[in-house]
Amino acid sequence: MIRSVPRSRGFDGLYLAYMVAFFLYLALPLAVTAVFAFNDAPFPSLPWEGFTLDWYLANGEHGRTGLFHDDTLLSALWTSTRVAFWVTVVSVALGCANAVLFERLEFRGKEFLYLLMLLPLVIPGVILGVSILVFYSGLANEASRLWGIELDLFRPGLPLVVMGQVAFIGTLATLVIAARLRKFDRQLEEAALNLGATPVVAWFTVTLPWLMPSIFGAAAMAFLMSFENFNTTVMLTGSDTPLTVALFNRLREGSTPVLNAVALLLMLASALLAFAVLGRGRARNG
Amino acid sequence: MNRQVSRLSLWLLLAPFLLWILLLVLVPHLQMLRVSFQVRESWDTLEWGLSQYRNFFTESYYWRTFVRTGVMSLFTTFLTLLVAFPVAWYIAKLARGRSKGFLFLACLIPFWASELVRTYGWMILLRESGVFSAALQALGWADGPVEMLYNDIAVIVGLVYNGLLFMVVPLVTTLEGMDDTLVEAGYDLGGGHLTVLREVVVPWAMPGIVSGCIVVFMLTLGSYLTPILMGGKDSAWFTQQIFTQFITRFNWEQGAALGVLLLVLSSLMVWLGLRLTGQSLRKVMG
Repeated sequence: MIRSVPRSRGFDGLYLAYMVAFFLYLALPLAVTAVFAFNDAPFPSLPWEGFTLDWYLANGEHGRTGLFHDDTLLSALWTSTRVAFWVTVVSVALGCANAVLFERLEFRGKEFLYLLMLLPLVIPGVILGVSILVFYSGLANEASRLWGIELDLFRPGLPLVVMGQVAFIGTLATLVIAARLRKFDRQLEEAALNLGATPVVAWFTVTLPWLMPSIFGAAAMAFLMSFENFNTTVMLTGSDTPLTVALFNRLREGSTPVLNAVALLLMLASALLAFAVLGRGRARNG
Repeated sequence: MNRQVSRLSLWLLLAPFLLWILLLVLVPHLQMLRVSFQVRESWDTLEWGLSQYRNFFTESYYWRTFVRTGVMSLFTTFLTLLVAFPVAWYIAKLARGRSKGFLFLACLIPFWASELVRTYGWMILLRESGVFSAALQALGWADGPVEMLYNDIAVIVGLVYNGLLFMVVPLVTTLEGMDDTLVEAGYDLGGGHLTVLREVVVPWAMPGIVSGCIVVFMLTLGSYLTPILMGGKDSAWFTQQIFTQFITRFNWEQGAALGVLLLVLSSLMVWLGLRLTGQSLRKVMG
């Protein structure tokens, strides 16, 4: 079934119909979520009662509190942003170091360490969260019981959330950056060294600019993965709840169009971030 | 001198990797394994024992859910492969030029929204007061509200939706690398559609198929939001029991044991998948 093999018209029609149905399936849940962010009714369901911006702007006067006046959700948004920032910084730095380690250096046991690096990909996110909770929180409990030292850093809270997320986002960042480093022409670096650059200067003026698109790509991916993560995060949060956990708690109380408003905002932000990275990549490649 | 420099740079690059993999992945998991074999005698004394694992095998609720989760995850993975393969084939082999890139991007866009948002979208569509129910009534095909949420089919629809991206991308990547002349040769040698698919296409696409299946299986097995929010009273998911032990019962020892069992199940399935298809983790993931 490739282009050069003759196909019947009926088959082509069916195939096209399948593709259309597939993309409808992909789009439908997100489309309805977006649309009901503007329905002038207290529940996100039909019938359509007219267009409103209340679910963003209402200040609570008529029994409606829009997203921009909802302090719980706004502070959760801020918490998630802080977590995602640190996860991105740590994961990308780690990804760069790992990429050089695995693509450039030769050492004993490299193959084994590479497999260890891939390991977080085949561990369910819940388990990553649970194991980090058990280890660090247990450590904090023991330290408090035996020596009276309070290791609050290791109690459930934002540092622990960052650690849990870095555990698997670090692998993804490594894979993205290593894939780009593999395509790098080492002669460019050797040319720089021949022309008198020190290895450090050559790295910063030749290799790093080459890696830049993948670094931006890895950063955008790390930020989004962190922002959207639930399974690992929920095990490790303390009093500051990140957005996905706050949304989940809200959803259990019952759905309101404010949730749709947040969801739409998140989709738009992710799409913008994605297109910014793609646009950058395209501008560079010509 | 040069040797020393390269040794130093090796250790400098190994340090972040080792810190990450030891402190965030290996040691926490070993601690989880240790805790799962500890039995709490009183508030501050622990004994070694198997009682957590005994609980799992004696209480049918635990192992029934365990088996159910595993079987449903396998089924979901298989269904995702069936749904995704024609789409990947279309993108890799039939679409050309701009529409190819556009279709590929269209596959990715829904996944810039988090699992929570996607699940929420499905809830709006499927529930009793939802869009599908309203549409059926408007068309006169149903007399009253129809509840389509809170059953296993809804859960599988949501899980397949969550997994699609991770199946489509590796499939498109491997199928694009396949030379069309191989398929032509298959037809020239007298093969029918099914023979060519079985003898030429599937063997070629095997790394992509295995990679997609592993990731989708892992995600499905470890998912929490979709089965919890879309499933009915009887559709328990194993991750839910782990959460219950940690968050509502504070029984870390039991929770750790359940976590270890889930990890063993997922590792076993990944290993079996690789073994049966003759692939290696490095080839499939790296």
